[in-house]
Amino acid sequence: MLEESPSQLEGLSDEVKTGTTIIAIAFQGGVVLGSDSRVSAGEAVVNRVMNKLSPLHDKIYCALSGSAADAQTMAEIVNYQLDVHSIEVGEDPLVRSAATLVKNISYKYKEELSAHLIVAGWDRRGGGQVYVTLDGLLSKQPFAIGGSGSSYIYGFVDAEYRKGMSRRECQEFVVNALTLAMGRDGSSGGVAYVVTIDQDGAEEKCILGNKLPIFFDE
Amino acid sequence: MAAYIAQNRVEMFSRSNDMVPNWENQEVSTGTTIMAVEFDGGVVIGADSRTTTGAYIANRVTDKLTPIHDHIFCCRSGSAADTQAIADAVSYQLGFHSIELDEPPLVQTAANLFKQMCYRYREELMAGIIVAGWDKRRGGQVYTVPMGGMLVRQPVSVGGSGSSYIYGFVDSNYRTGMTKEECLRFTAEALALAMERDGSSGGVARLAAITEAGLERTVILGNQLPTFFNA
Repeated sequence: MLEESPSQLEGLSDEVKTGTTIIAIAFQGGVVLGSDSRVSAGEAVVNRVMNKLSPLHDKIYCALSGSAADAQTMAEIVNYQLDVHSIEVGEDPLVRSAATLVKNISYKYKEELSAHLIVAGWDRRGGGQVYVTLDGLLSKQPFAIGGSGSSYIYGFVDAEYRKGMSRRECQEFVVNALTLAMGRDGSSGGVAYVVTIDQDGAEEKCILGNKLPIFFDE
Repeated sequence: MAAYIAQNRVEMFSRSNDMVPNWENQEVSTGTTIMAVEFDGGVVIGADSRTTTGAYIANRVTDKLTPIHDHIFCCRSGSAADTQAIADAVSYQLGFHSIELDEPPLVQTAANLFKQMCYRYREELMAGIIVAGWDKRRGGQVYTVPMGGMLVRQPVSVGGSGSSYIYGFVDSNYRTGMTKEECLRFTAEALALAMERDGSSGGVARLAAITEAGLERTVILGNQLPTFFNA
């Protein structure tokens, strides 16, 4: 706010970022992931319908935030590593394995990369799980939020989260949180993508802007 | 979270001795959470109580709700020195104006005085102020004067570094037509959530309700604040 306004030409050299809002929450039997769909380069929105929920395996997804290039590349690399790993092991990989692979890349290249992935999925051993891999740490949490828009909903998620929410309640929680964040964060917006993963597989949904819930607007 | 961690690492490399804290050279700031809500018949205002110089908490029981006139208060955020100086100057101007008018001043007048000062000296000041109070003409009103010096009236307003974390909560929980007790509860919950997440906000929660009858101040101590789930 205190810096001078950039000239128009600077927009061309601005890095493409998914300034974003991402969220993942675990319930008994699975997880729900959500993200917005805005990709910005400086002030311009270069993609208003990008799906930031990227599959790492059949029942493991990750949510991308930060630099778009870094995040996409990390997801692709881990997708490959996880495929090899699951063939070697002979069964579906654990969510923790996927998260560890992401964490290894985040930590080793932490000076060069600026992307944060939230890994969430279902496996037979642990059910629905959510892992945070920010800055190269690995932490399992009941739910996680990330991206620039997440700052605005810390209060909301702290107040609204309860243990033992059902699948439906988790989906509503995710959609409400995304809507509130998109309403306040200039770098988040567009549509809401929601993915629900359980033992039967992953179900992807896209909720258009006009179908999102409406909150008090000053 | 990553942004805060990264900044601290950069600072430590440039200090000669990592072990000695650097708080002597840091500016005193009310990195803070402030909030004000209108209801029919008055306003409820609230703030945390932490004043920091860098990482040191200079005052953990600060009162950031400053009276400007009998029924008009301001909530201060930003540089402690700047906001105290502005509040003193506006109190003086408003007191004078009220004597000239021979009537209690309007909240809008107080808000405009803050705006004029914050806009004129916008390059030098670091002050985000919420002006709230009651007057006979328009009842309870909340005006926000953020950094830069704009002025806008809002039914509910939050400010300070901790406010970012509670926009979602406030947007989803505010309804028009709340009673005074509901507003007090709403404000206490919002402050508690922000104080939990923002390192620059904390201590006790100070609340005040301003109505025609006058002023009611309450303090909610740290262990009495509403509690929520913590991931």
